[in-house]
Amino acid sequence: MFRKTVGALALSLLAAHVQASTEVEWWHAMGGRLGEKVNEIAEKFNASQSDYVVKPVFKGNYTETMTAAIAAFRAKKQPAIVQVFEVGTATMMSAKGAVYPTYELMADTQEPFNSSDYLAAVTGYYSTNDGKMLSMPFNSSTPVLYYNKDALAKAGVEPPKTWEEMGSVGKKLLDAGYKCGFTTGWQSWVQLENFSARHDIPFATRNNGFSGLDTELAFNSPLHVKHITQLAEWQKEGIFSYGGRRSDSAPKFYTGECAMYMNSSASYAGVKSSIQGFEFGVSELPYWKEAISTPKNTIIGGATLWTLKGHTQEEYKGVAKFYTFLSSPEIQADWHQFTGYLPITHAAAELTKKQGFYAENPGTDVAIQQMTSGTPTANSKGLRLGNFVQIRDIINEELENVWAGKATAKDALDNAVKRGNELLRKFERSNS
Amino acid sequence: MSRISTYNHRLLPWLLLAPQLAITLVFFVWPALQAVKQSFLIEDAFGLSSEFVWFDNFNELLHSEAYYSSFATTFIFGIGVTLLSMCSALLLAVMADRVIRGAALYKTLLVWPYAVAPAVAGVLWMFMFHPTIGVMTYLLELVQIRWNHSLNGHQAMLLVIIAAAWKQISYNFLFFLAGLQSIPRSLIEAAAIDGAGPMKRFRDIIFPLLSPTSFFLLVVNIVYAFFDTFGIIHAVTQGGPGSSTRTLVYKVFDDGFIGLDLGSSAAQSVILMFIVGAMTIIQFKFIERKVQY
Repeated sequence: MFRKTVGALALSLLAAHVQASTEVEWWHAMGGRLGEKVNEIAEKFNASQSDYVVKPVFKGNYTETMTAAIAAFRAKKQPAIVQVFEVGTATMMSAKGAVYPTYELMADTQEPFNSSDYLAAVTGYYSTNDGKMLSMPFNSSTPVLYYNKDALAKAGVEPPKTWEEMGSVGKKLLDAGYKCGFTTGWQSWVQLENFSARHDIPFATRNNGFSGLDTELAFNSPLHVKHITQLAEWQKEGIFSYGGRRSDSAPKFYTGECAMYMNSSASYAGVKSSIQGFEFGVSELPYWKEAISTPKNTIIGGATLWTLKGHTQEEYKGVAKFYTFLSSPEIQADWHQFTGYLPITHAAAELTKKQGFYAENPGTDVAIQQMTSGTPTANSKGLRLGNFVQIRDIINEELENVWAGKATAKDALDNAVKRGNELLRKFERSNS
Repeated sequence: MSRISTYNHRLLPWLLLAPQLAITLVFFVWPALQAVKQSFLIEDAFGLSSEFVWFDNFNELLHSEAYYSSFATTFIFGIGVTLLSMCSALLLAVMADRVIRGAALYKTLLVWPYAVAPAVAGVLWMFMFHPTIGVMTYLLELVQIRWNHSLNGHQAMLLVIIAAAWKQISYNFLFFLAGLQSIPRSLIEAAAIDGAGPMKRFRDIIFPLLSPTSFFLLVVNIVYAFFDTFGIIHAVTQGGPGSSTRTLVYKVFDDGFIGLDLGSSAAQSVILMFIVGAMTIIQFKFIERKVQY
């Protein structure tokens, strides 16, 4: 009897709880420390009001999270919010029946929203051609150059600003007894995509895919070929050392084997906690001086939050409220300072400056400067390519052949363009 | 009175078969039919629009160089894993068969790797051979071998073969050991008395008598290498560098789950289904004949 009463009581309490607040599921790809931070943000939001409960669920890496959400959508069990990396943008944009655009969501739920509060360099990637925001920026980063201060001092050199300087700096590092000059993470993103943006040359036709699905890849231009050829030569000499896909090369920098490392600004926290026995600095991504006198901005990586269709109006109200909360300067500034991701609003950047964060942590503002110097051109606004995940894999494969000395830069890039174009045509066919 | 008439109930056999049939239908036949259906479609990732394209997905595969090279990769990988795991298992089984003291301990230890999950086994080997922090990498460096499987396709292939074979050795070992122990001692002793040395005894008596076991293991190992090694490859190389360790099964995953190209992925699964079927038939039709039972 006693047990029954308690059970009934617990049940009714549970029911009351469910009635009182609407649950909003948020699938994300932030593991480790970042995941803890995500939970903290959700908890703060849940504590700030009593109508909605945001429930963050970790779904693995970016690809796994996106595939999980798509599979869930097909089974009609999709979450209200899913975090999708920038590479999945074209896929999400084309899924008109599945995605609830952010600008519509905010208007429908009468949530105050002004897209000009957000950094143009960030939102540009995720907006329609007439500037309407389709997804909610959350974690955006851009590649920068990390360097081992001690190693550079020992070799008697300054961090290279240009690729021309990189050659001589690398040689001096080798002469000083280092095994490797520099390595890179995310080779397609850093050495081809951002390389194109920085030198103001197209990565793909039709404004990098912004103007239509009939875009074709263009990263086999003479400048691209020259750059990859140079990297391949450096790989032979030891100035450059390839360390694997994604951020697999990180240990090469952490252990001091490579004196420089190009990767996302969001690696800052990881670099800071993992380096062994040396000081590090951050500087902007190098450029070929002979090709461009003032380099353009780099483009972003990272992810945004997409709202999926198929939920109740009440849930969408919660989503909108959560987006507003997420964009508030305090939350954004804290997230930015903790992770190294870019602040997505002007207010958050200013707040961070006011709090003296950049002065205390030199190098953390490099990414923002690099992103916001000058106005983005058609070549540096971003990329919108279907099947981009696979295209990046093709690029990885072809570049690995170059690093291993099995193919020339020209052949590899031509091949990657050819294979990638087939995937673009396939995407065009299934989405038109 | 016939013995068979005890069961002349019509429903009973079906009832007894029902659980197994249900499992086969739900977990094998139904997904297989789904795959066949999907292989004729080109769909966007969300399944919002789909177009029936007949054999376009297959056609594309048959004209794709990447697909043929994946075939070759699978072949090399399959042969490598099967040979390595069967040979080492046979050697270990012959050794263990001779041990008298502590035999149970050796056997138990040798069976352990089988209990390790594929992904865990993969991570284990990945760490040992990690290009920057791996123990083995460090040791190999001492003998002037630069190990970097994230760059060198042959090394990557070697590593996944070793990792996949290592896991299968235990299984093979158990069967070989059982096979060895079922060989009558008197045969071996008679040969010994007739003056046959250990090598000759093994070649002329033990190995032929082990052939049913070997044949069974050959089938199991090839199927394992072809279809059951996804976890190891995913953990160690993810199909790279380049596409040097992208086996057919890994490609199905890559195109379907990473690339979201479900049509092509389904077409590849259908082709794989045919390969398994064909392989099994060939093995039982032709190889089995040569096996002495």
